[in-house]
Amino acid sequence: MIPAGFDYVRAGSSEEAVALLAEYGDDAKLLAGGMSLLPLMKLRLAVPAVLVDVGRVEDLSYVRDGGDHVAIGALTCHRDLETSELLAAECGVLRSVAAEVGDNQVRHRGTIGGSVAHGDPASDLPAVLLALDATFVAQGPAGSRDIASDAFFEGFLETALAPDELLTEIRVPKTGAGGFAYEKFNRRAQDWAIVGALVTRVGDATNVALVNMGTTPLRARGVEAALVSGATASDAAALAADGTEPSGDLNASPEYREHLARVLVRRAIEAVSG
Amino acid sequence: MSVNGGAQDHDVEPRTLLVQYLRENCGLTGTKVGCDTSSCGACTVLADGESVKSCTMLAVQADGAAITTIEGLAPGAELHPVQQAFHEHHGLQCGYCTAGMVMAVVGFLDENPNPTEREVRLGIEGNLCRCTGYQNIVDAVLAAAAAKSGVSS
Ligand SMILES: Cc1cc2nc3c(=O)[nH]c(=O)nc-3n(C[C@H](O)[C@H](O)[C@H](O)COP(=O)(O)OP(=O)(O)OC[C@H]3O[C@@H](n4cnc5c(N)ncnc54)[C@H](O)[C@@H]3O)c2cc1C
Ligand code: FES
Ligand code: FES
Repeated sequence: MIPAGFDYVRAGSSEEAVALLAEYGDDAKLLAGGMSLLPLMKLRLAVPAVLVDVGRVEDLSYVRDGGDHVAIGALTCHRDLETSELLAAECGVLRSVAAEVGDNQVRHRGTIGGSVAHGDPASDLPAVLLALDATFVAQGPAGSRDIASDAFFEGFLETALAPDELLTEIRVPKTGAGGFAYEKFNRRAQDWAIVGALVTRVGDATNVALVNMGTTPLRARGVEAALVSGATASDAAALAADGTEPSGDLNASPEYREHLARVLVRRAIEAVSG
Repeated sequence: MSVNGGAQDHDVEPRTLLVQYLRENCGLTGTKVGCDTSSCGACTVLADGESVKSCTMLAVQADGAAITTIEGLAPGAELHPVQQAFHEHHGLQCGYCTAGMVMAVVGFLDENPNPTEREVRLGIEGNLCRCTGYQNIVDAVLAAAAAKSGVSS
């Protein structure tokens, strides 16, 4: 399977990428690691006329101490997150979940920015960033803007990024090395989650995020509120599927996904409490 | 780009996949296409030392990179230690997955020279084998790791 023909241009910097997007308009698509886009192009579900390759914009590949947060360049690959000592110490949850994405080959190429911009509700990192209340930095023709994570994921494969914007940085709070549990349920080792449940605990706050329980990653606000008012793990987790609309597919029916969400959230709450 | 240490220079369409480039332009047919959907790992090669699935990478993305394929592991008569270990531990049956499996293992042992059995299983999660049941592959990887650390220590 070979993609339909397209023109290929390589951007050397983020400014150049934004200029190329402006030049080619709706016909263009950014290419980062290609781990989501190329499979879609091979199936001809995506047929961009122009690919703007940002894979070599090296000044967007970093994990840096930003004072009260950790700043991550959008082109940082999963492998670099997985092996980052700064993340291990300051935001262990992101390091640990990055190690669960796909397989080694996928982690060598796939980037955090591509994962986020793709907007797939079955992806792991978007749910982590939602639970962490991360901030996304987008660069467009008019300059740079910050987008809060609860305003970022808009629908299935849809985000708040405009077609002429490049995601440049992701900022996560310093949550320390531990205080989290991720329950990823899948059938084959390298696969996406059929359902995933992430629980983080920082001080008194417990945040709960769900993977693949709707068209976007979701916060389980009902569970969070129940925990604040002192509910047990199982009473709180019973609310995990409330308000969700999971899809049905070959792997699972919507009802089975709802069941998984309740069980996985309970396990994750127990794991962070234990 | 450089392939197995030698320069390769061709003009290709942007949509040419790296695996296609290696097989059709460079004539290196050791690298296989199994699933063509990024799942099976049969097409694994090393790009600048890191394992990648060459069915999910454009040749133009590898422009300027150093690619290593199965043909480049053992230029002489002697097998690469990972190949030797697969041979000794019966890490293959039909052999279709083997080129990709060996390349994934070479890349993995470079990153993790002394893995546990569990780490080996996770290290090859991107490679599917329909014949061996994996046990002999895992044995071969552990043996190759032991042989390597024996040599270097
Ligand atoms: C076999 C396999 C297994 C996988 N398993 C998992 C898994 O278990 N969990 C999981 O979460 N993911 C999984 N993935 C997906 C993987 O995480 C991808 O790395 C990621 O989804 C996309 O990152 P990328 O850099 O490859 O993006 P690309 O494929 O290059 O791009 C994806 C989309 O994002 C856009 N884009 C990329 N970068 C930017 C940017 N900086 N600004 C704006 N738009 C941008 C592109 O235009 C495109 O639309 C798997 C992939 C494969 C092939
Ligand atoms: S052929 Fe590339 S992963 Fe199967
Ligand atoms: S030896 Fe036949 S697929 Fe692995």
